[in-house]
Amino acid sequence: MIPTGEAYWLPVIFIALMGLAFLMYAVLDGYDLGVGILLPNNSESQRDTMIASIGPFWDANETWLVLGVGILLIAFPSAHNVILFHLYLPVTFMLGGLILRGVAFDFRAKAPAHDKRLWDYAFKGGSLLATLSQGYMLGLFVMGFERSAIAYAFAVLSAVCVTAGYSFIGAAWLVMKTEGTLQMRAARWARICLWLTALGLFVVSLVNPLTSANVFEKWFGSSLGIFLLIIPLAVFFAVMTVDRYLARFPHSGDFGCWIPFVGALAVFILSFAALGYSFFPQVVPGKMTIWEAASATESLWFILYGAMIVLPAIILYTFYAYRVFWGKTRELTYY
Amino acid sequence: MDTFLLSRIQFAANISFHILFPSITIALCWFLLYFRVQHNRTGDEVWMRCYRFWVKIFALSFALGVVSGITMSFQFGTNWPGYMETVGNIAGPLLGYEVLTAFFLEATFLGIMLFGINRVSPRMHTLATFLVAVGTSLSAFWILALNSWMQTPAGFEMRDGVAFPLSWSQIIFNPSMPYRVTHMLLASGLTAAFLIAGISAYRLLKGDHKPAPRLALKAGLFAAAVLIPLQVLVGDMHGLNTLEHQPAKIAAMEAIWETTEGAPFTIFALPDEINQLNRFALEIPGAASFILTHDWRGEVKGLNEFAEHPPVMPVFFSFRLMVGIGMLMWLVAWSFSWLLWRKKSLPNWALRTLVTMSFSGWVAILAGWYVSEIGRQPYLVSGILKTSDAVTSVAPENVGISLMIYLSLYAVLLVAYIRTLFVMARKSVLVDRPEDLVTLQERHNPLTQQTAHTQQTAESTGAAR
Repeated sequence: MIPTGEAYWLPVIFIALMGLAFLMYAVLDGYDLGVGILLPNNSESQRDTMIASIGPFWDANETWLVLGVGILLIAFPSAHNVILFHLYLPVTFMLGGLILRGVAFDFRAKAPAHDKRLWDYAFKGGSLLATLSQGYMLGLFVMGFERSAIAYAFAVLSAVCVTAGYSFIGAAWLVMKTEGTLQMRAARWARICLWLTALGLFVVSLVNPLTSANVFEKWFGSSLGIFLLIIPLAVFFAVMTVDRYLARFPHSGDFGCWIPFVGALAVFILSFAALGYSFFPQVVPGKMTIWEAASATESLWFILYGAMIVLPAIILYTFYAYRVFWGKTRELTYY
Repeated sequence: MDTFLLSRIQFAANISFHILFPSITIALCWFLLYFRVQHNRTGDEVWMRCYRFWVKIFALSFALGVVSGITMSFQFGTNWPGYMETVGNIAGPLLGYEVLTAFFLEATFLGIMLFGINRVSPRMHTLATFLVAVGTSLSAFWILALNSWMQTPAGFEMRDGVAFPLSWSQIIFNPSMPYRVTHMLLASGLTAAFLIAGISAYRLLKGDHKPAPRLALKAGLFAAAVLIPLQVLVGDMHGLNTLEHQPAKIAAMEAIWETTEGAPFTIFALPDEINQLNRFALEIPGAASFILTHDWRGEVKGLNEFAEHPPVMPVFFSFRLMVGIGMLMWLVAWSFSWLLWRKKSLPNWALRTLVTMSFSGWVAILAGWYVSEIGRQPYLVSGILKTSDAVTSVAPENVGISLMIYLSLYAVLLVAYIRTLFVMARKSVLVDRPEDLVTLQERHNPLTQQTAHTQQTAESTGAAR
């Protein structure tokens, strides 16, 4: 049963806010984790530069995850409980990965010199573990936490896909933020990861409607069909643009070093929109709608007032922080 | 072991590990602001060296606090679903406000505070430091408001077993909140003060003759000397507040089994839960009554008055440990401050004592929180939700796996953290102007040598101007 009035649209606003938080997380911590996964074994100075390029941002980027999970917990407590019940172990592995990655930032620069290499492994391993767990969880979520071989296989596929996607946006970030040999290397990584991501998205887009009647109905049983075609076409356009740009890399005067990152951003936003469209208004696919899971309207109002004041401020000072660290990463000193 | 016990151990392990780092960073950031402002005011480079050394320790502690805090935010859903089901309407928004008003603020300006010193104006850098300090304290405010509400719930009504908010101001400013927030902020101040004094004393003992560690030692020690009597006063008021709202907790803290007039204060005893009496008790007659009612003959309620009460032994001993460390801090802070003031320097035995006490704040804070949290049992939210009713139905094997992962990670990280602090202190002794360099290895790295050089040139031109 779908309620009316504020009981109808408050949960809609909150699912939109939650989607925004998770999208911000996937993009922002996505490039952090991608950079971590790409850390090369054969060059300490390149590792230093790569980590320096994300150093000022990672902490705020990770906060979007806390906000996303926070909104899930505040606005949809029963969905929060169901989801985390089913994802108990993957969540633990993700947290383990995030812990290792997060502390390695500081320990690698401050611990005794001979430990630095060890912390770099922790950085790379932690990034990879967190990414794989997130992809795996996304896969299980999309399959509505079914306990079937197909669902687990899909989750594994999703883990690989998300890893490719984060590596792609991470490499694109490096193309934008670095120069010289590291930038050349990053361009090569970006092109490989771009095609892995595209392939992954293609397979997921095929499998998902075939395994879920709901999703099939949404995409092919609707009169919006023609308009929906815009999403895959736009993804295709973004992928091709980035591929052509990277194929002729480097360009004179570092022309358009931001193109791969903007392309990655477009792919992330479009994939998120498609995912959101596939499942709305369900907050746990096939099990629970946003209205069934929503918490008391008094609580939603209280937090909405605050969010309306604070979120614009957060976005403003986030822009400011990015402007402060605008341009190529050169300095390696932390302070 | 069952899921309930494993989940409790896991939560205790997570929260105990987590609290260590905010308890340093909340106050350390205000110390950093003090160093920064002093530099702006006097132009003396030594303040900036204090800043540069301590901001690195701040960054490391902050990172550990963030990652363990994220783990905490998932624990409610993974292990304690009954908590959000019952009081989610109240706990959710309070946690939400912590994320919105504090987490983003501190995380974003931390980047500028740590890496932006040569990219923004001194005024902006000071502002960034201030905003991070505000962020860490705001974060403490929200989470302690929620914890206090769980201890002394107010401003809500129960409908069909679920709590609904009636008045947000009563929820936030619940009876125990002002005391708990003040007590915790002062505890953080003492933790940071003793850490600063301890690590600076270590540098002096290792032969560091630069002015920065001496200055930092003085700042830490004097701050401790001012904060400790305040803390004792606030602690007493907090205790009286607890007596009013959670008398069972007080009875357990003092191991008073029967309601008595002129109850003695037990300095040491072995509380015997089965026979409901204290063995080997060493008591001061009437003192508990005096402390709690400010009357030697006053009546103190015993555990016999309560159908349900917390386990006595852990609460009783944790409380004594906390008070004992507090008294030791008072003695050390005042006597060493006096020595420092009269003789301008501290003898080696005093420096060694301070090094030993570097992490004394941690022990006192953990002990204090055990009193507060175990003292609330068997309830998760006083009178509303029992801890055993909130636990997940996840299989015990899974909780066992996650617990093992967390425990081994935390053990490694704790050792690495403490070791790194002392490594950084030793490194700073070895180099001439240590605060200008990130690490020794970067000094020998051709890539960073250039940066260090540029920085020094920039500083000397700055000085020339």
